[in-house]
Amino acid sequence: MHIVDGALAPEVLIGGGVLAVAGLGLGLRKLPIDKIPATGVLSATFFVASLIHVPVGPSSVHLIMSGLAGLVLGWTAFPALFVGLLLQAIFFGFGGLTVLGVNTVNIAFPAVIAGFMFRGVVARSNPTAAAVWGGIAGALSISLTTLFVAISLTLSGDAFIPAAKLVFFAHIPIMAVEGFVSAAAVYLIMKVKPALLMTGDQANEYAVQSSIILAEQANEANNG
Amino acid sequence: MSHLFGHDQPLSAQGGGVKPPSFVGSFDPRVRVVAACLFAVMVVSLQQIEFALGAFVIAIATMLLTDLPLRLTLKRMAAMDGFIIVMLVMLPFTTPGTPMFSMLGADASKEGLLHAVLIGIRANAVVLMMLSLLSGLTPVTLGHTLYRLRCPAALVHLMMFTVRYISVLHDEYHRLRMAMKLRGFKARNTFHTYRSFGYLFGMLLVRSLERAERVLEAMKCRGFSGHFPMIDQLVFRRRDAILGATFFVMIAALILMDRIYVLAY
Repeated sequence: MHIVDGALAPEVLIGGGVLAVAGLGLGLRKLPIDKIPATGVLSATFFVASLIHVPVGPSSVHLIMSGLAGLVLGWTAFPALFVGLLLQAIFFGFGGLTVLGVNTVNIAFPAVIAGFMFRGVVARSNPTAAAVWGGIAGALSISLTTLFVAISLTLSGDAFIPAAKLVFFAHIPIMAVEGFVSAAAVYLIMKVKPALLMTGDQANEYAVQSSIILAEQANEANNG
Repeated sequence: MSHLFGHDQPLSAQGGGVKPPSFVGSFDPRVRVVAACLFAVMVVSLQQIEFALGAFVIAIATMLLTDLPLRLTLKRMAAMDGFIIVMLVMLPFTTPGTPMFSMLGADASKEGLLHAVLIGIRANAVVLMMLSLLSGLTPVTLGHTLYRLRCPAALVHLMMFTVRYISVLHDEYHRLRMAMKLRGFKARNTFHTYRSFGYLFGMLLVRSLERAERVLEAMKCRGFSGHFPMIDQLVFRRRDAILGATFFVMIAALILMDRIYVLAY
């Protein structure tokens, strides 16, 4: 999924860079200082996702979970995924410096789109339905990513079109796997800590209710 | 991999000063970051294989001046090559031009092959230079350097938090994975595997958010007011300026020769 330095045309690199800066600016604007620890920890979680390998056929792929990142973080998924890509590029040599913008747009923008499309419906559904929507969000964000990669290759020269097609079709099993894994993850989150997938107001309501429940439980424990 | 961002990382930007830094490591990180970015931008715009090879040689020379483990660096570079190998193999067959040889009914063109080789060399040169100049930095130093280079403070803080918690969460992942293993879980190509990995990652998310809440409360307890002091003594000395200038001249010369070559022929 990473494009490396030297393959893309300068126009594509510059365009990607500009879009990435715009997305980062928007994402950082939605990131008040007291949200930074939570976003940083979640960003680290999504970095760890890329270290988890899941078997697919005879080979294995690493998770990306960008759809889930969009669901949990919204616009702030943009800076969060950018940080992960920056660290991977500098310390592991995955991807490169000049393509960082393009790679960020290719991975983070689908995450944000999937997040916006499915956040509301996931938060309102019961766990099973939410799992289905979460799975669709996960698969959609990967398919958009491969589509964006294919587009950035195609824009760089007609000779890349077969490679771009190959990238797209080779990723179909990965879309399915990401979809299944995201669905299961959303199901678990809806059962264990639905606040993670809820928007601000709903989360506040939930927090109030859960603290009441916890207080009741604590009283019961004392009485018992 | 998690050792890279492990708990034993020095917390200050200076830290870990037990052994003397290598030649490349002795320069101001700011110069190294700017030089690596400049190198990447310039090399990507090279059009001739000869000059791209020149850039690659400069990158190798820089790598030899660092104290990074040689094998690991080369291994990372090879891993990057794995990403592009399919594309490079396909390029000769998809670029129109003078046919060289044909395989399975498809003609390989000379232009396509040259283009593929050029992309390969440029990619390797940039990655090698980036690994040589930057991967010797600790993530914390990188954060401070980006801050000093006027990156948005929020982004730098986000990066420092991410770096801090990657190893913690990677350990957490291994704990959960160990628990699964103890219960006889084996990763296969089954729906059960994907669901279990989903639950695993979901649990990781839940735990990390709870950890984040504790972290924020602990920070507030210690008077966190929305600003992190960045304490470091990055000094820009004369030799840093000399390195920067030399680097710039070298790259500019490559670019210039590349352009003249294109115009002349």
